[in-house]
Amino acid sequence: MFVLTHLWIIPLLPLLGAGANGILGRAWSRATTSAVALGATGLSFFFTVELAREFFYLAPAQIPWVHSSFTWIEAGGLRVDYALQVDQLTMVMLFVVTGVGWLIHLYSTGYMADDDGYRRFFAYLNLFMFFMLTLVLAANYALLFVGWEGVGLSSYLLIGFWFLRKTATDAGNKAFWVNRVGDFGFLLGMFILFRQFGTLDFAPVFRGATAMPVETGGHGLLTAAALLLLAGATGKSAQIPLYIWLPDAMEGPTPVSALIHAATMVAAGVYMIARSNALFLQAPFAMTAVAVIGCLTAFFAATIALVQTDIKRVLAYSTISQLGYMFLGCGVGAFAGGVFHLMTHAFFKALLFLGAGSVMHAMGGQQDMRQMGGLRKRIPWTYGTMLVAALAIAGTPGFSGFFSKDEILEATRSGPHSQPVLYALGLLTAGLTSFYIFRLVFLTFHGEPRYEDGHVHPHESPRAMLVPLVVLAILSLAGGWWAAPGLWGGVNHFDRFLGPVFGGVTIASAAEAGSGPSALLRALLGAPVIVGLIGFLLAWWLYIRRPEFPARLAESFRVVYQLLSGKYFVDELYAATIVRPLLWLSRNLLWHAVDEGVIDGGVNGVARGAGEFGDGLRHLNSGNTRTYATWIVMGAVVLTTLLIWMAH
Amino acid sequence: MDSHDRRRSRRLGGVTKVVPISYYVTLSAVLFGLGIAGVLFKRNIITIFMSIELMLNAVNLAFVAFGRSLGQLQGQVFVFFVIVVAAAEAAVGLAIVIVVARSRQSLNVERVNLLKL
Repeated sequence: MFVLTHLWIIPLLPLLGAGANGILGRAWSRATTSAVALGATGLSFFFTVELAREFFYLAPAQIPWVHSSFTWIEAGGLRVDYALQVDQLTMVMLFVVTGVGWLIHLYSTGYMADDDGYRRFFAYLNLFMFFMLTLVLAANYALLFVGWEGVGLSSYLLIGFWFLRKTATDAGNKAFWVNRVGDFGFLLGMFILFRQFGTLDFAPVFRGATAMPVETGGHGLLTAAALLLLAGATGKSAQIPLYIWLPDAMEGPTPVSALIHAATMVAAGVYMIARSNALFLQAPFAMTAVAVIGCLTAFFAATIALVQTDIKRVLAYSTISQLGYMFLGCGVGAFAGGVFHLMTHAFFKALLFLGAGSVMHAMGGQQDMRQMGGLRKRIPWTYGTMLVAALAIAGTPGFSGFFSKDEILEATRSGPHSQPVLYALGLLTAGLTSFYIFRLVFLTFHGEPRYEDGHVHPHESPRAMLVPLVVLAILSLAGGWWAAPGLWGGVNHFDRFLGPVFGGVTIASAAEAGSGPSALLRALLGAPVIVGLIGFLLAWWLYIRRPEFPARLAESFRVVYQLLSGKYFVDELYAATIVRPLLWLSRNLLWHAVDEGVIDGGVNGVARGAGEFGDGLRHLNSGNTRTYATWIVMGAVVLTTLLIWMAH
Repeated sequence: MDSHDRRRSRRLGGVTKVVPISYYVTLSAVLFGLGIAGVLFKRNIITIFMSIELMLNAVNLAFVAFGRSLGQLQGQVFVFFVIVVAAAEAAVGLAIVIVVARSRQSLNVERVNLLKL
């Protein structure tokens, strides 16, 4: 029971690590720095394992286990505790965050070995772990919001880690501001919840929400709250319309892209929606909004990923697309499926990013896939592990991504909140996913080398980088097997485990409807697999068989190609409709008119008025004694007159 | 009361005549005005000083007159205070005059114009 009653220890350790490295570590060697950072995160992971053991012995009635350490805010009717909570969803998230987080810490010791900001990097990374763990452990919206903002801060710090690069600081600012738009919605949503339920604690809010009638009309308080929370989630999890910051976030070091902008932080929106499932289930309109936004994001991001040439940008759009899948899953009621995909995605996307980092390491920082090719013999370990990740994300049967994606798509097709149109789009996206990821693999590792051999000497990465790759590859391969029995009519262990969190809402997975070998066959040869196979074959044909063909294709579909490689010109659209008008308004109205005119003018005017008044009075102060005497006499006369006048 | 009256008023044909209070006040006002005029218009510090004394004594006159007219002692007591303060003021003031005269080589009050910011 130690960890259950001392839950704060899990987030606190990385905070101590961050403080130690950030404040005390000035003179420490790199070995000490990384030992502290890895030790703090590793201990967190250890305590998570211990927590899992203790959690196992809890009676179902004791879950969610809430432990309040102290009252954080008490004002009027508002009372917010520093309260942490553990339930099945939290356990999954804890394992993902601490496990993947630790592996990426380990990887970073190799990847960042020669960076001047080594200590700063690990301090930030630990700080991120602290906020992320706060986020997933929080037992009320206010504390969740602390973690939510904190991971945003860490993300900003780490995107702009190489702050001498203008593009990096710009990207950091962009991420921060775009998230701010979403956070505004999140805050308003919290206000509505507080106004309605008088508390921000999860348990009473969800109880209250469940007791209210389902808002089938598509309007009502819960719908408003859910939509506002969704706005926050679209910011954090990079969904339409606020996804634009994530591709730019790739300016940060690659381990950061892997941990924060792929595996954990961007999944916070999905986590929050899954956590708030009681609210969303009462608001069908908000559910539909989640599903539509997720599906559109998945589709459009995947189309953009088709033509990107920067290896990290492909992965960035892939991340957006996969997050869209998670939203789709939540939106069609398959919360467990969404969280399942969150977990498997954390494995294979972290692996893909770390692999990309390993490729860049091998290629001396090169990120353009057109300058790669034929690397599979030079860096076999990286190739092998990335291939596993690619197979996983493409939904190859047996790999983790297959189970989670299949569950989401199946729920979209036949679940209680099914959306047939979205199913078609989701299926198409599965094909696109398979295509772009194998395009990445083929361009990078297959074909003829397109780099100049004299300049670049591809070499395998150090062991500290390869170990996380291998571990993540194993997880990407096996991480989905919990759900496997569901395929032949058995129990989907993951769904059953998460069942209590989602109020017993379980989605019949592909084969639970039927059973036996025929159902297994149907799942293995189901539409997602076929579509994925087509994507793979297309990529193979275009980039292995006929490598000269894609350029011709791009030439003949010039408009489409431009549209995709220009990312639908959404950045330009936002710049024209929002950013530039806002800048104009800020510069001309707020700066020149309000600040310079009204405020500065007011302040300076008062000062000038006082000055001129004083200047006039100065002449009274002539120094001439008789003038003073005259003033005194005049004063006396006035006073006397007044006295006499008042006496009458 | 009779003996007081005898001492302070003239006996004219057996009728006791008292000088009315307005006479005293008028005289006091005239003296005070002269003092003010002296302070304002004269340039010699000594003259200004004497004008101030004149004003003080004009006030003294008014005090005494009212004190007598109202049959109360406060006015007369106050006169003593004024006389004492005037003596002290004369001592300090004359010392200042001497210092000014030494530093300026003049008694012209126009030359004393440093009393400003």
